Parts: sequence; C-alpha cells; structure tokens
Amino acid sequence: MLYEVTIDGTNYRLELERADGGWRCHVDGSDIRLDAVLARPDVLSILVDGKSYEIKRERTANDVHLWVGSARYAAEVRDPRSLRSRQSGRATDHGPRRLVASMPGKIVRVLLRENACVEAGQGVLVVEAMKMQNEIKSPKKGVVQKIVAGEGTAVNAGDLLAIVE
Amino acid sequence: MFKKILIANRGEIAVRVIRACRELGITSVAVYSDVDRASLHVRKADQAYHIGPSVAAESYLNISKILKVAQVSGAEAIHPGYGFLSENPVFATACADAGIKFIGPTASAMQMMGSKTRAREQMEKAGLPIVPGTSRRLETPEEAHAVAARIGYPIMLKAAAGGGGKGMRLVHEPGELKSALDSARSEAERAFGDGSVYIEKAISNPRHIEVQVLADEHGNAVYLGERECSVQRRHQKVLEEAPSPFVDAEMRCRMGDVAVRVAKAAGYSNAGTVEFLVDENKNFYFLEMNTRLQVEHPVTELVTGLDLVQLQIRIATGEKLPFQQAGLSIRGHAIECRIYAEDPDNNYLPSPGKITLLLAPSGPGIRRDSGMYEGWTVPIDYDPLLAKLIGYGTDRQQAISRLVRALNEYFVGGIKTNISLFRRILSNSDFQKGKMDTGFLDRLLSSPSPEIRDGNARIAAIAAGVFAHFDARAASQAVDASQAGNGASSWKKMARIEVLRATDQ
Repeated sequence: MLYEVTIDGTNYRLELERADGGWRCHVDGSDIRLDAVLARPDVLSILVDGKSYEIKRERTANDVHLWVGSARYAAEVRDPRSLRSRQSGRATDHGPRRLVASMPGKIVRVLLRENACVEAGQGVLVVEAMKMQNEIKSPKKGVVQKIVAGEGTAVNAGDLLAIVE
Repeated sequence: MFKKILIANRGEIAVRVIRACRELGITSVAVYSDVDRASLHVRKADQAYHIGPSVAAESYLNISKILKVAQVSGAEAIHPGYGFLSENPVFATACADAGIKFIGPTASAMQMMGSKTRAREQMEKAGLPIVPGTSRRLETPEEAHAVAARIGYPIMLKAAAGGGGKGMRLVHEPGELKSALDSARSEAERAFGDGSVYIEKAISNPRHIEVQVLADEHGNAVYLGERECSVQRRHQKVLEEAPSPFVDAEMRCRMGDVAVRVAKAAGYSNAGTVEFLVDENKNFYFLEMNTRLQVEHPVTELVTGLDLVQLQIRIATGEKLPFQQAGLSIRGHAIECRIYAEDPDNNYLPSPGKITLLLAPSGPGIRRDSGMYEGWTVPIDYDPLLAKLIGYGTDRQQAISRLVRALNEYFVGGIKTNISLFRRILSNSDFQKGKMDTGFLDRLLSSPSPEIRDGNARIAAIAAGVFAHFDARAASQAVDASQAGNGASSWKKMARIEVLRATDQ
C-alpha cells in the first residue's frame, strides 16, 4: 500500500507491505522492517530493531495527532489515488467571513442582530461551557449578514455561528 | 457512626466520598442531574436518586430537592464535597432544621468566613497577621484614595463576597484607581450579587500557602501541615504540593499555630483550610479560610498518612480527634496535578465531549482520583476537572520523577486535556528548585513552549500508515459482518435462547 503522510508539515511517502509475519516499510529512500500490533483501537505497539514504541492516536472532530512517547505530532494521511486538490484558502478581509465555535458549548448570548454594523474585534455571540464564557469576535469590520444559531442552542467546536460580510 | 450518607455532589469528589463510606461500612446515596445519569459517581454509589435538570441551579444547588432525597432515602448526614452547596450557610442551616447532619462546620462559622471583610475584622481582633488594608467595604472613591495612599501602592481591590479571582484588580498608581474600582464593583455585583469591594496592600510575587486544620466538636483543633498552591492560572490552582519547599519546620509550626487560632476564633469544627499569602521574607498573612474539604486534600493525606474524608465523617458523628498535635508528623512529599478538560492548543478553553480512549497510569507512588471513564461523555454543564493525579515519593525529587513517568502513561482520547501542561511545569528548572510564586505559571505560559522532539517524526509517519491500514481492514470486516448474518449475530441468538430458558423455569 502506498500512503502520503504529513507529520507536522513534513511530507512522507510510504510504501507499506506485510512481510514474514511483520511489515516492510519503504520511506525516505530506506527500507525498514518492523513489527506492529494494534493493542487496542488507537494504540499501536511498534518494534523496530528491538526498539519499542507505543503510539497513541488522538482524534478530535477536526484533527488527528500521534503521540510517540511524550512528543505529539500533527498527522494527516492521504491515499494518493484519490488525491484531491487541497485549497489552502488563506482568509482575507474581502468577502464574507464565517464565525465558528471554538469549543463545544451552548450559546448564552447573541450580542448583535442581523444587518448590524460590526467592528473588527467586536463580540458577536457568547458561547459558554464548563462555567467559562467565550466571546466570539468578528474578524473584520462589516455587517452581520447572518446569525445561524440562536440563544440556548448547543454547538460543537467548528460549528458555523454567524457570517460577517 | 452513621449508617447512610448522602453525597450532594458529582464527579471525582463524589466518588472519593463514596469510597470513604464504603470503607467505613456506610451506605452511600448519590444524587444526579439529567446529564449525569451515566456518571461514575452514580455507578459507584449504593443508591442513586435523580434530582433534576442539568443546570446546576435546578439540581446540585437545589436545597429542597436534595433534602427531600435525604429524607426519602433515610440518610442521616450529607457530605457536600467542594463547590456547589459546600460553603452555603443557608444549606447547612436547612440540614440542621431537617434533622440531618451537615458534614462540615456550623452555619455561623461558615458565615463569618464567607465574607472576606468580616473574616478580616475577626482576625484583626484576635491579633492574627492580616495583609495591611481595610476590613470595611469602601463607600466612596475618595475613601478608596485615602486608604490606598495610607497603605501605599501597589494595592489590590477585592470583592468582599469574592472567590476565584472575580472582582479582583491590581492597582499600581492613583490614576488607575477610579476605573479599577468601577470595574471590580460591577464584576463582583454580577458574580456574587454583592458589589462590596475592599483594599489590601498588594504583596509582590507572593506565594500562596495554605494550612489544613481539623477540629472536633469538643474544642480540640490541630493542623496537618501546609500545601504549596502557588502554581495558578486565572487565580485557579493547577498544581499543589505538600510540604511546601519554602517552609521549614520552624515556619510550619508558626503558621500552624496561627491556623489553629484562626479556627478557634471562628468556632470552627470539621476540616478546613486557612490560606496565607507569603512574601519573599517568609512573612505570612491570613488571606481567607475555606470552610470545606479542598480539591487538593490528597497531598496532605499522603504526607500525613491520614484519611481526611473518614475523619470528617467521624468528627460529624461527634467523635473526638483521635490524635494530638504532638502525635502528627510529615513524611515524604506529594504533588497533585489537576487534570482538566481543556485544550492547550486553544488557550485552555474547555473541551467537553466523549472520551474515546482512556489509558490510566498506575505503579509506585501514584494515586489517581478520577470521575471519568472510557465511553463517558464529559458534559458542558459543570467544572472541567476530570481527575487528579498525585505523585508521592520519599522526597520531592522522587515525587516529581514518578509524576513525570505517570503523566507519560496517562492518555485521554476524544477530548483535549491539560496533561501536557504538567510535563512543562515539572521539567521547568525554577519549579524543580522550588522557586515559584503566584505569577509562575503565567510567566511559563507566555514563554514559547519547548518542543519535545526526539527525532521520532519518521516513526510517527510509519505509525500513521499502519493505522490507516488497520482502519481499512476494520472497515471491510464491518461490511462483511453486516452481510453475514442478516444483522442478527450468533451472540444475540444465544442471548434470546437463554432468556427464554430462564422464563420457562
């Protein structure tokens, strides 16, 4: 199997195949023999040349990290056969901007109405979780085009809350 | 001894009290809100009663509901844990009126300590060291200017009803006083329904050190050594240890004597904590008394060999303290890490959600008081404290290395936690030397995080590939399984046969 993997921004191309009860991996121009056991979902034990690594996979709604010992690596895996063009989409001040929840919680206050003028950095909504309130601020000066979620709504991290035009 | 105790709390502290009850042969009664039906404390208790919606005000803070459950279940006493109703004199009084023993001090002792200005006044009268300032609430900005000028800048404005850093402002010079006073008042008004504010001299780079006291209902009181609680963020404790690396035997004795005098001046009974601010010259000043069991009580338990919750229960039954001051000693060193559902990559914002994976540390010198389990969903409605990891060793160095080892074994998947923060704290050279004050953690967090990179990025890349392979295999197996038996597995068939057999008999 062929995998394209990004670890903390660095790309690796892996060729991985089963061999002699273990695995053979071709990466960075070298061949590595390894033994891998999935100890339980999201926990992998890998042996390479007698060296033992325990790798834990941390999965949240938005991203995946791998822990190797006490080091944490951002990880992304792509199957090169279904390579999609990944638009990095750097946000600018032009056009509509999406305000999303930075944590799961409940909307406790909507500070502005739709069509209200808003300054950059001005609070638009307040999300509360675990006794802590987090003000969602407008990233730009403009007009509140849409408030998607009303007071009392439960939201997840990454959910769209409002759009500023 | 009581036969049945109701625990008016949730999370790890409810589990902690349930364990003490079990050890003493007492039946435990848990209460829970809508969202806590599957919480650990409900599973661990002998009995459990639903008390209302998830909103704390309608469940864990609902005095009449909790007392009704106590009466229906036949509980003779209530342990309030910490937070919620634990420092509410109205609740303590209501318990007494209902003929149920409140495991804690009397309502009047709680009332005196609940108001910071009243507590200051009482301690001043008793001749105990307090931070220079006013013991009265400020009436006008002019009065504030006069007091501030008398004690000298910098000064601290504090809410009389305060706690948790709310309504607190540091003021460096007279020009800042007016606006700081206004904002402190409105914040205190919003947080506590009481906008009263008073002034204290600001102590530069103070340490926060507290003394555990224990008093019975017969006038006996002892101190159980101190806890160093200077590692704080947003005025919330993050890591605590006992003993304090700053306190020697002579200072411990002096602080302990003052703490016992504070308890006696308040007519205090049961477990309590006297908090002190300590300056660089080892002068210490009374700050406040917490009239409940503290989150960080385990570090004291480990270095004294005592069980504070069991002692609380024994004291509440009317027993005398089973020891005197001379019979108590401190042995070894203990450090506690508060594991919070917080995202270190997102400014430590709360991170509730489902725990998909939990790997828990164990081994020599490790104690874990936890309210979570794998598969449980951490609700958004309450405090983010998930668990406490405590390391114990013969000395501070061993306690630190055991904790670092255990933190590397600890893993919580599905939500974010602050576990990585403790690796940073414990590996910091100032921390290792015992040099910390209440500004320590803010300084540490404002400096760039030292990246732990041990050249394992390639292993991570390989692991990512292996995970992807196993994922694909699991997905294809799931498809096979669903096609195999029309959805009805052989286990389900077996279970059905067993049930039919059972009903036949």
